[in-house]
Amino acid sequence: MNDLFDGLGQALRLLVTLDADLIEITGLSLRVSLGATVVASAIGLPLGAWIAVNRFRLRRTVIALLNALMGLPPVVVGLVVYVILSRSGPLGVLGLLFTPSAMVIAQVIIVTPIIASIAHQTIRDLWADYHDLLISLHATRRQRIVTLVWDARRGLLTAGLAGFGRAIGEVGAIMVVGGNIEHATRALTTAIALETGKGDFAMALALGFVLIALAIAVNLALHMLSGTERSSRW
Amino acid sequence: MTPKSILTTLAALWLASAAAAEELKMAVTTSFANSGLAEILLPVIERDTGITVQLLVVGTGQALKLGEAGDVDAVLVHARAAEDAFVAAGHATHRREIMYNDFIVVGPSDDAAGAGAATTAAASFAAIAGAGAGAAFVSRGDDSGTHKAELAIWQAAGITPGGDWYKSVGQGMGAALNTAAGMNAYILADRASWLNFANKGDLALIFEGDAALFNQYAYLPVNPAHHPHVKAEAAQALEAWLTSDTAKALIEGYRIAGQQLFTFNAVAN
Repeated sequence: MNDLFDGLGQALRLLVTLDADLIEITGLSLRVSLGATVVASAIGLPLGAWIAVNRFRLRRTVIALLNALMGLPPVVVGLVVYVILSRSGPLGVLGLLFTPSAMVIAQVIIVTPIIASIAHQTIRDLWADYHDLLISLHATRRQRIVTLVWDARRGLLTAGLAGFGRAIGEVGAIMVVGGNIEHATRALTTAIALETGKGDFAMALALGFVLIALAIAVNLALHMLSGTERSSRW
Repeated sequence: MTPKSILTTLAALWLASAAAAEELKMAVTTSFANSGLAEILLPVIERDTGITVQLLVVGTGQALKLGEAGDVDAVLVHARAAEDAFVAAGHATHRREIMYNDFIVVGPSDDAAGAGAATTAAASFAAIAGAGAGAAFVSRGDDSGTHKAELAIWQAAGITPGGDWYKSVGQGMGAALNTAAGMNAYILADRASWLNFANKGDLALIFEGDAALFNQYAYLPVNPAHHPHVKAEAAQALEAWLTSDTAKALIEGYRIAGQQLFTFNAVAN
């Protein structure tokens, strides 16, 4: 119990003094997770929409697969990306292993199925409402997807935030492909694992509190920017 | 974001990371990193040689694997047999001894198994095993240098460890110490990690000082003939620095709680 209060105190101290190392690892966590969320959204949102409005033979299989991939074990994803990016692996010439880019790649793989699945569900519900209207307007397939994505933007924001939430709290994959190198690939979660290993639970908890605060701050900021839940509208 | 712009972004990120020259990746063992010595050495290395050393903190087994795959430029580990095999297989150009520290047996402060009364490390281990259910032992179990040293001592004691009292956790030094503290169990640790460890609980130093607990660190530069991309020149400059008088003064001057942790024993070329 004492460790918890020490952790809270330590977190406050780090934040008030604007600790340089804390800012560095927090910045990396944000950069990697936001980057991964943006890339995964660019893939997952259109993919979810496409599956929602198209009927094809393997549709059910694809949806089931996508849902199953939401539970991908990060450490396995990390290991696969690691083996591929390793100097002795197929993409070794890129020299990406143990760089922030490798961390982004691993997180994109973890987050894309989550964003695609939630996007598919959201858009499918909306498609049921819009189906007759869009068909009667002779909207092309592309126009249908654009309309649905735009009108479902609130739900899609939730999809993106769910993806971001998974990315920012993830440690297994980025530990393996990033290597937790100080001043290079150390993020909040890997730093927490390190401090726990050192037996410094207060510092580990302090970083944990910073991580939770960061996740809340990003969510609040995005909701404000996108103007959801304004008093004049439901 | 279009797929094309994603590719451009990734390419830019890659170029940015490739452009920063004189960065050297070195795989080191958790026990070295946990000792805190790296934080003393790395800034001075950067000042003297211009090389930014990026440390990958892993067990000896994984460190050598990283060197074999060419994912790091050099390796600093402590497991003689594995190192010799590594050099023999041509993964490193040579092996250079840098310094040593020692292992200690840590255990519950009341030492119910009587491991502290032993005169050798092997006898100390035998006492722990002899106590059966009365004493638990936490093993790193991760193929690290410390794990290999532990197994060598069991072998010297003529005991094949196993059973309920022997807990193989498969984790780094810190995590294994956490487990030992939680279970109030015996564990073999390097002195540096132990002194730096914050969550000691009821654990205390039980046995130390046997020659079998000697822990030699060696530097292995990855062979550029196998992996042309490794920074062989930087690795050579780092080796020269690690074996210099500057390094000697810093390594031998490093103290935790008034105790000297490492003894420099590199031989000049």
